[in-house]
Amino acid sequence: MGELTWRRCKEALMQGTMVTAATLLFGSLLTLLAVVTVKGWQGMSWAMLVRLPKSGSYLGGEGGILNAIVGSLLLAVGATLLALCLALPVALLLQPDYAGRTKFAQFLRLLLNLLWGVPSIVYGACGFALLVALGWRACLLGGIIALTFVELPIMVRAMDEALRMVPKAMKEAAYSLALTRWETMRHVVVRQALPGLVTAVLLAFGRGIGDAASVLFTAGYTDNLLRSLFDPVASSLSPSFSCSTHPLQKCSDKPTPLLLSCSFWCFWSVS
Amino acid sequence: MPHIVVRNLTVRYDGHEALREVSVEIPDGQITVVLGPSGCGKTTFLRCLNRLIDLTDGAKVTGEVLIDGENILAPDTDLLRLRKKVGMLAQKPQVLPMSIYENVAFGAWLHGVRDKKALDALVRDCLKRVHLWDEVKDRLFAPASQLSVGQQQRLCLARSLAVEPEVLLCDEPTSALDPISAQRVEELFFELKERYTLVLVTHTLRQAKRLADYVLFFYMGELVEHGLAQRVFSEPRDERTRAFLAGVIG
Repeated sequence: MGELTWRRCKEALMQGTMVTAATLLFGSLLTLLAVVTVKGWQGMSWAMLVRLPKSGSYLGGEGGILNAIVGSLLLAVGATLLALCLALPVALLLQPDYAGRTKFAQFLRLLLNLLWGVPSIVYGACGFALLVALGWRACLLGGIIALTFVELPIMVRAMDEALRMVPKAMKEAAYSLALTRWETMRHVVVRQALPGLVTAVLLAFGRGIGDAASVLFTAGYTDNLLRSLFDPVASSLSPSFSCSTHPLQKCSDKPTPLLLSCSFWCFWSVS
Repeated sequence: MPHIVVRNLTVRYDGHEALREVSVEIPDGQITVVLGPSGCGKTTFLRCLNRLIDLTDGAKVTGEVLIDGENILAPDTDLLRLRKKVGMLAQKPQVLPMSIYENVAFGAWLHGVRDKKALDALVRDCLKRVHLWDEVKDRLFAPASQLSVGQQQRLCLARSLAVEPEVLLCDEPTSALDPISAQRVEELFFELKERYTLVLVTHTLRQAKRLADYVLFFYMGELVEHGLAQRVFSEPRDERTRAFLAGVIG
């Protein structure tokens, strides 16, 4: 076999691998979406979305999941806002203009990578220990704080990467105009990296709203809507989990998974 | 005493010597061309004059750069004041991620020009001085990135002029441009030297011959020869300068 034939074979082989892998991946994702949509659609109703659960709701009785929808949104939005307030300054500090070239920054990046990999139940347990130490009960604020720690490493690292994509020459142009580091960051770097920063926030939000383990201990559960930051709150994963694992058919047909995947779907199409 | 006096300037990158014991006075109100083959330390020299060298990893600078009698390499130098006085034009035009108008107005705005009318006048004036006004006056609020590369470079020049520098450093400012844009930028330099001290890095001998009043010739990190352009080009004293001018090295 000639050298040229062999190279052409390799080309065809690799292209085949790529196409197969992509087909497998998209095939399974689309199947997942289709199953959730078709199955969930039957149980879906307006009443489901705007009503609170009644007793026995999870046993196939009356009532909706408004408490869980509101709870999940409050938890995820609260945690994302809190994480944003902390993540952006840290990500800016990690830039070479500030501390980015120091050993400290390298250590911080390593730490964030490690934290990214920590299972979120660990944050939940730590948050729970903190609640106990403070003498609080499980509440929205507790859930938000635990969830913030889940979101932080993702947000900081994604922002760090986005900010580092800003060309060095562009920053130098700003410095040549006698801008301070903060002015350069605020008016040039952040503006240039804005799409990446928004993606970072949405990524973290997606992780937050999909996370169950960290709020399991810290946010508690309630059938009602909450009145303050110190009230317990439900997240949409709790009814989803209790329904889908329930042995009764009419319970497991509840459309919470559909809702969840809908929220993800909307969210990803935005990002 | 001229604006810029350099004494025993040495720059090392992680032990490697990029500039060795450079001492020179740069004449005011003229175009000083820094000439030499690639990698000879021209850009490093230029970046020392506005301390942009600080941003380069592992660069160690020793010696003195006196600008108006003040050693700007001293650690307590007010970098904002220095960079306001010494503007820079990069090799590749680097517009800021904002509109054409904002690109020019932004620096001046940060330096305290807050009056809308004054800013408008300043933007118009600076854009006219770089002959860009007629091309962009109808789309001042379009993103600057929409301009052609040649227009962007003139915009960058206008942006530098808007903060009213006294010295302009230009690092191969035409090497990324097409011949016609490059010619226009070169013509601008002739107009600008009336009011500014220009230090211009180039590795093209022909451009140096067209523009230079004064020449610094660098070779392997060493300032080999400097003097009036006419003298350096017609009777170079150093053998390496002669070789470079004859096209034997470079």
